[in-house]
Amino acid sequence: MSNKHVKAIIIGAGAGGGCIAKELAGAGFSVVLLERGGWPVYDEYINDELISQRTQVLRPAFGPDPEKNPRVFIHPDGTRQVTNSLSGAIHHHIAACVGSGTVSYGAMAWRFMPEDFKMRSTYGEVPGAALEDWPISYNELEPFYQQAEWELGVAGDDSENPYAPPRKKPYPMPAFEQNVDGELLSAAARRLGLHPFPIPMLRNSVPYLNRPACIRNRTCVGYQCPVDAKNGTQNTVIPVAMSTGNCEVRTHCQVAEILSSENGKVKGVRYFDENNREQTQTADLVVVAGSASETARLLLNSKTRLFPNGLGNNYDLVGRFFQGHAYTGAFGLFDYEVKTYTGPGATFGLCDFNHHVEGMIGGGLLANEFNRMPYLFSQTRPPGAARWGKEHKAFQAKNFKKMAELHGPIQEMPMYENRVTVDDTVRDFWGIPVAAITGQRHPLDHENCKYLSARAEEILKEAGAIQTWQSVGGRGSVGGFQHQCGTTRMGNDPKTSVTDKYGRVHDIDNLFIADGSLMVTGGGFNPVLTINALGFWVGKNIVERM
Amino acid sequence: MSHQIIQDRREFLKASIMAFGGAIMLPSCLRNYTPFLFFTADEALLLTAICEQIIPADENGPGATQAGVIYYIDKQLYEVFTWEQDKYRLGLTAINESSLELFSANFDMLPTDKQLLFLKKMEGNELPDSYWKDNSASGFFRTIIQHTMQGFYGPPRHGGNKNYISYKMINLDYPYVVGRNLYE
Repeated sequence: MSNKHVKAIIIGAGAGGGCIAKELAGAGFSVVLLERGGWPVYDEYINDELISQRTQVLRPAFGPDPEKNPRVFIHPDGTRQVTNSLSGAIHHHIAACVGSGTVSYGAMAWRFMPEDFKMRSTYGEVPGAALEDWPISYNELEPFYQQAEWELGVAGDDSENPYAPPRKKPYPMPAFEQNVDGELLSAAARRLGLHPFPIPMLRNSVPYLNRPACIRNRTCVGYQCPVDAKNGTQNTVIPVAMSTGNCEVRTHCQVAEILSSENGKVKGVRYFDENNREQTQTADLVVVAGSASETARLLLNSKTRLFPNGLGNNYDLVGRFFQGHAYTGAFGLFDYEVKTYTGPGATFGLCDFNHHVEGMIGGGLLANEFNRMPYLFSQTRPPGAARWGKEHKAFQAKNFKKMAELHGPIQEMPMYENRVTVDDTVRDFWGIPVAAITGQRHPLDHENCKYLSARAEEILKEAGAIQTWQSVGGRGSVGGFQHQCGTTRMGNDPKTSVTDKYGRVHDIDNLFIADGSLMVTGGGFNPVLTINALGFWVGKNIVERM
Repeated sequence: MSHQIIQDRREFLKASIMAFGGAIMLPSCLRNYTPFLFFTADEALLLTAICEQIIPADENGPGATQAGVIYYIDKQLYEVFTWEQDKYRLGLTAINESSLELFSANFDMLPTDKQLLFLKKMEGNELPDSYWKDNSASGFFRTIIQHTMQGFYGPPRHGGNKNYISYKMINLDYPYVVGRNLYE
């Protein structure tokens, strides 16, 4: 039995795929949205610290199934290690469900700054790094940021952020209040001449788009919202796409290969359905939005006569420039309770260290941190403190509500050698060659992390912490544990980029990318709103051109 | 610590870990019955003693034994962390052999100060090499620490943190009523 031909196939129902599905279905395109996971159901994923997306001790709440989805990590000496997300080894999976990471994320809704689109022309050449400008500017993407803010729903107020990028329309919802540590630390930051302001959140501060306001649930980040007040693609744009009658969401479908015609155009996909049966779906165009690692893997696994090394890969660029975010910051202990554990915990941010620091390339934001639940807290101690025994327990008993922290993502340097390849010798449950990941971070990442952690510690000291310490990230192997991006970078030159500025793969008229893979550089911000905006941007251009 | 107290503690540990199984224990035909999915009764006694040093009962409240950490580890080794089974089986044997060589007694029979001394040696990889050829002593100890913390501080539904013992210690209200935060 063959599936009915459609206008567009979208692979991946996450931050990018959900937005482009709404855009195409809304324009009257018939769309099949293929998702490897299922619909997230709150009752199946209760507030369990050991099965959350943040602390995946027993399994990830929203997939993918660790046993069915191995990966390979290639160490610097070339040895290959087969990993799964539970074995404690290095891994780069993201959630596998409708909405993907937008179901369980912390929901920070940052716009990148204009400089983030012009890293090369702002900072020049950085030895060892592959800094480039994006082929689109902040101004070109601005309307799509706005669309994401209004169609998904963002609560915020950036009037106190002097570095806020220009906006044409305010946020649709008022900003959230500060919690106790937020008040304390933002006051300290102000005394130091910094500019704290409420974090923009993809979360309802008031009822919005027929869903209720946030209840400050303790277990927010890492979990689905029990009252549906956290805005992901699964409860906003995807239902809108479905309501047009033009978009069919097919869950538990693992795409194995993009199929091509002899003329070089793509014609559909081969995938395994919810019963693990092989299926073919044809379409006029294909959009890949499977996350930076999985999108690259799928292109590399789709080999044709014209593209013998994988679609779009004739210049050996697919999978390269794999980036993520090193997190860095500092902790402070107070002699009174500063944590209420109202959710989600992160309430204010600082953009003072994004592009405004003499001598630093890129930088990153700082924010007070999301709630650290008891097991994660037990893994958090000052340097030299006991890791077990009576003293370790006493620290937990005494300090669980007395520890504040400031952390942020540092803008990583893109590296040519940091990449996703495929390993033909290791197959997933469906027999598809898996992603193999390799690379080392640029030394600047750690230098920048040191700077940001030192600033975070100063704020904690100013706030009156009786003990402070830094946690400095950015060393070691390739990023991409969090906020993976960059593997099909967009650009104007087919020899140095995989897609054009509209997300169309060079030399393949009807194959598009619409996820973080497009990002040339990763910014010093959580990327979701940028991925949403790119989904709308690519979608609009498809509608106008196809 | 007197011999009597050590014996009492051993009996206490035995009673604690057998209590769960006792309720459904049948006569004769299940003489060797234990409530464990993976561990033997002796392994469970030994590991319970180790976990109790990692999170001891003290003035801050009950420790790993009373929280049922052993049940968490047993359940997860059987259901999830299957790749760690050999590490535990070999490692627990190596601990007993090391303990016999260093202190002429099984680990769970040692007084607290000797147990702590032993675990510090284990943490620093200073146990007799001959018993640790297939397993890193410090690596195994790190694994036990992790699993003990998960069992003690994680949700009760996975076998440990009985009656939310650890949540009480840190004054985190539970069971959690969604939408309602109670802070005393």
